[in-house]
Amino acid sequence: MILNIENINVHYGAIQALKDVSFNLNEGEIVTLIGANGAGKSTCLNTISGILHPTSGRVTFIDEEITNTSPQDIVKKHMIQVPEGRKIFASMSVWENLEMGAYIHSDRSQIKKRIDQVFERFPRLKERRNQPGGTLSGGEQQMLAISRGLMAEPRVLLLDEPSMGLAPILVEQIFDIIREINHNGTSILLVEQNALMALSIADRGYVLDSGKVVLEGKADDLLRNPMVIKAYLGGEAIGSEL
Amino acid sequence: MHALSLPTLAVKGARFKKVAHVFDLLRPILGAIVLAFIAYRLYQVLIVQQEYGADTWTRLLISGLIIGGVYALIAIGYTLVYGILFMINFAHGEVMMLGAYAGLFAFQAFNAIQVGGQAQTSFLNAYPVLAILLAFVIGMFISAAIGYFLEKIAYRPLRKAPRLVPLISAIGASIFLQNAAQLLFSPQLREVTNPDILRRGAGWTISINNANVIIPYTGVFTFVLSVLLLIALYIIVRKTRLGRSMRAVALDKKTAALMGVDVDRTISQTFIISGALAGAAGVMWGLHNGMVYFYVGFIPGIKAFTAAVLGGIGNLPGAMLGGLVLGIVESVGPAALGIDFQLKDVLAFVILIIVLTFRPSGLLGEVLAEEKV
Repeated sequence: MILNIENINVHYGAIQALKDVSFNLNEGEIVTLIGANGAGKSTCLNTISGILHPTSGRVTFIDEEITNTSPQDIVKKHMIQVPEGRKIFASMSVWENLEMGAYIHSDRSQIKKRIDQVFERFPRLKERRNQPGGTLSGGEQQMLAISRGLMAEPRVLLLDEPSMGLAPILVEQIFDIIREINHNGTSILLVEQNALMALSIADRGYVLDSGKVVLEGKADDLLRNPMVIKAYLGGEAIGSEL
Repeated sequence: MHALSLPTLAVKGARFKKVAHVFDLLRPILGAIVLAFIAYRLYQVLIVQQEYGADTWTRLLISGLIIGGVYALIAIGYTLVYGILFMINFAHGEVMMLGAYAGLFAFQAFNAIQVGGQAQTSFLNAYPVLAILLAFVIGMFISAAIGYFLEKIAYRPLRKAPRLVPLISAIGASIFLQNAAQLLFSPQLREVTNPDILRRGAGWTISINNANVIIPYTGVFTFVLSVLLLIALYIIVRKTRLGRSMRAVALDKKTAALMGVDVDRTISQTFIISGALAGAAGVMWGLHNGMVYFYVGFIPGIKAFTAAVLGGIGNLPGAMLGGLVLGIVESVGPAALGIDFQLKDVLAFVILIIVLTFRPSGLLGEVLAEEKV
């Protein structure tokens, strides 16, 4: 197990956002957290990333407890979050955004090499490397956000709603990229509202509702689960969706 | 109760909207009147009366550039801190004052150290370049340390408080530092001992219209050093890893943290850099103007704040431009408008009011929306 979350409770002031949430991620897996708006998915990722601290419970990365570790120390363990809404540094150029992604690394030639790899994979970003990140289209920004996450050479990538606000064709592309990153050896924790797409590439999934894990299992099983179909896939049977 | 209060609120809203609307119409008219008046005065003084010759204008311009460079250095501190914390560090002028004291004491100490066997001279005049360099290092270090602790003690505990709270804390810190300096160093004016090569009042003499215009050594030194420090700061912010982390934190603290930036440390570094620049400005102030006392940071602090607003608060080139423009306007302005020279402070604050009324985003305002540092 590369990442293990045990019974975490997270509060925003008096409001409890997560109630005894437990889940885990094995090396090489894609695991998805699905659920409606406000179910606590982003709260989970922010707790893992150290932005939020749980009132109780444990987060373990490999064999090390990281429950109250600061965000920058978690980044140094090569666990990287790509935040919801992409959060590109709008006035920084594409190049500078990528350099920010490699902030924890100091070897200039390595950074340069990795930026070249990104540009090879996404020629659009190369064309726009000196343009402010804020001027890119939504799809390009998402590519940049994921590339920026990869700049730190993550062992675990935490993706928060990568499909948000993108056209269906771009969503397909983004999910292809996610699968490719996983094939190259990065474990992925994927938070999604687009449950169908998420479950179709994931190994396992957890369903979050009002801050609690209400269902978990193999992605294929969840895709066939009547409750999941009714609540999150918006259909009667999986066949009609695909 | 609800049924009653809602319509009243709506009526109030409508009335407020109407008032705002009237003001929107009035604003360009008011602006035109102000501009017309300024144009009339300028015409009167410059074309009709022609009271001053080119030599006077040159003198005023030189002193404007010198003071403008100092304002720019202090204004940078306001703008950097605003960019990163969205607060006005009103104690920044006091950070400069303590830098000025550090410079004063450094020069005094160097003057007291005797070197050389037969021909006794002070360290200050035996190795003036080294002494000046050391005085600046000491002044910048002291001010940087004050800035660092100021943030740590007065602002960091209030990071999550409403925006007005750290502002009040800043004003409190400013009063505290002024009074602490007064108690520690006594309220008297102290004169800075300059090294002989940078004597106050001495300078190159050029002749314009058969009148001698002195370009003071201290002034040239101050201006050149200001420009060098501004260039150095610009390179730090644009090109280095530290600068990138400062810009990232200014743009989006959470995402910066997700990139591995230590946000608290970056904020501390911002205060250290702001403080160091203010310290340099303080030592320069002492070298050029000669007098240091506990209140010496107040007016330059507020002027530099005006300069930062004039250039567009949060905007780095804006603060530099605002400082220089304000320095020149307050130096040349009274003569050009034909008013008393003692009204230069009034002129600076009128500019602050005019900018806040007509163009709150400042001279380089368009950039502000996106670019915070």
